[in-house]
Amino acid sequence: MHAIEKILAQAAGKKSVSTGEIVTAGVDVAEVNDLYLQVVTSFYQLGGTKVKKPEATTFVFDHYAPAPTIKAADNHKAMREFCTAQGIDKLFDVGRGVCHQVLIEDGLVAPGSIVVETDSHTTTLGALGVFGTGVGATDMALILLNGSLWFRVPEVMKIVLAGGPLGPGVMAKDIILHIIGDLKQDAAIYKCVEFTGPAVATMSVEERLVLCNMSVEMGAKTAYIQPDAKTWEYLARMGIAKAIRDVSTDADYVYSSVYHYDVSKIQPSVATPGSVDNFALVKSEAGVQVNQIFIGTCTGGRLNDLATAAKILKGKKVAKGTRLVIIPASDKVMQQAMAAGHVQTLMEAGAAFSTPGCGPCLGAHEGILAAGEVGLTTSSRNFPGRMGSTESKLYVVSPATAAASAISGTITDPASL
Amino acid sequence: MKILKGKVYSFGNNIDTDQIYPGRFLELTEHKDIGKHAMEGADPSYPQRFVKGGFIVAGSNFGCGSSREHAVITLKNVGVAAIFAKSFARIFYRNCINLGVPVIMAPDLDSFGLTEGKEIEVDLAAGTLESGGLVHTFVPLSNDIMALIENGGVFSLYKK
Repeated sequence: MHAIEKILAQAAGKKSVSTGEIVTAGVDVAEVNDLYLQVVTSFYQLGGTKVKKPEATTFVFDHYAPAPTIKAADNHKAMREFCTAQGIDKLFDVGRGVCHQVLIEDGLVAPGSIVVETDSHTTTLGALGVFGTGVGATDMALILLNGSLWFRVPEVMKIVLAGGPLGPGVMAKDIILHIIGDLKQDAAIYKCVEFTGPAVATMSVEERLVLCNMSVEMGAKTAYIQPDAKTWEYLARMGIAKAIRDVSTDADYVYSSVYHYDVSKIQPSVATPGSVDNFALVKSEAGVQVNQIFIGTCTGGRLNDLATAAKILKGKKVAKGTRLVIIPASDKVMQQAMAAGHVQTLMEAGAAFSTPGCGPCLGAHEGILAAGEVGLTTSSRNFPGRMGSTESKLYVVSPATAAASAISGTITDPASL
Repeated sequence: MKILKGKVYSFGNNIDTDQIYPGRFLELTEHKDIGKHAMEGADPSYPQRFVKGGFIVAGSNFGCGSSREHAVITLKNVGVAAIFAKSFARIFYRNCINLGVPVIMAPDLDSFGLTEGKEIEVDLAAGTLESGGLVHTFVPLSNDIMALIENGGVFSLYKK
């Protein structure tokens, strides 16, 4: 069996499971974000009165926080009241950060656990050997009611990253944009995507989180990276010292497909407007005028991302006519970035900082694009209208490309600096 | 099972949930309000021109992107009778079944010739779709799932 299958089997109280089987598995951590008052509505519609595992239930206010409208404020208020009524202590209110990052930093996510969130990017957690997956409101309400949910045991697609070191200006974001551009955005529907190989082994955990995060842009149900010494060193800082279930993959496990990439051949990459699988090299888009650059989110707002941007922008200025919006993925990331001097460096360059959270990623607030504007984003998606007007154009890039482009106000290859 | 009759509303591949229901409306919670913005990101005229009982016919990976259940609530509230696609994104597919919206996966959908505005007749249980005198077949949803959908979704299992 694959580690993912062992996790599902153990959580379902079974000796073994096989691909395609549907199992009902206990959920170790459930997370509801602030777009999802419907969870509460569905919970009561299902006849719910008491949340089955309040200690395993969390709420994170990240997508619409601080509340930009009265309606959003009403939703936050109703959720706070629900948490109080249900004895849910783990309410991460305004300013704590993006749900996936917050759960990790709070030490709630251990290898071998099943974590379900009302957010498609829950695949992020796979980088820590976790079975992480996103659901909608009513599935989440069923988890609150029953403490479990049904899952189809997924096929596992293996992506082997070899080669290295990475070329100048190349980050994990470039690697995953390259892969999605190659395999296309429906390549992994309902599958688990596992990343492995020597280039993964040398990659930092923060960068591994980017690979797993973006796997959902290929349709993945979940993602996986086998925990190693780097994972344990990272998790030790969150107070986690062991896996809660067996997370080993048997030598005879058969993957549904295997793909190989040589990362040393990958160059700074971009997804051009409309779709994450519209792959292009940054250098081929160089010179495009940019109105807004956004560095942030669960994909591109961690300490490493801010540090990379600060290194490039140190002593430089954001070009006139271009605005740089930076939103750290969490309050902890922001504090670490402040302690390291990155926030000061970036603000001196002209960046505008906003409250840790999702920011303009989903087009709700804190940096919406007008019709005719061009945006660069280190977030995960550039669907039509994702960050504002459907007449705007949005490019997905790495933090290095974002920072390099801020100096010139045009799309710029960080390798050219 | 009754025969459903309605118009085809045609969409391409990879229609994401931002196009089905733009993020700026995610704060809405009343279903009738959510219903006002169906498919607005893909086609702003859709909420006005959609006629209740119509079918969405799409390419591959319909409903990709965000997990937002609003994407299903909005389509349910405008009265989409069923969604046909060559493939669906996982979370959207689960959300549809939970809320009782029929989702039919038909990899050979292109051969049905279901262009925009065509009147079709669908028997979900039998797995047949009639268009212009031709009868096409698809793999119907399982009996359990059909029962769930006929009763308005997963809520029917929990009501006392």
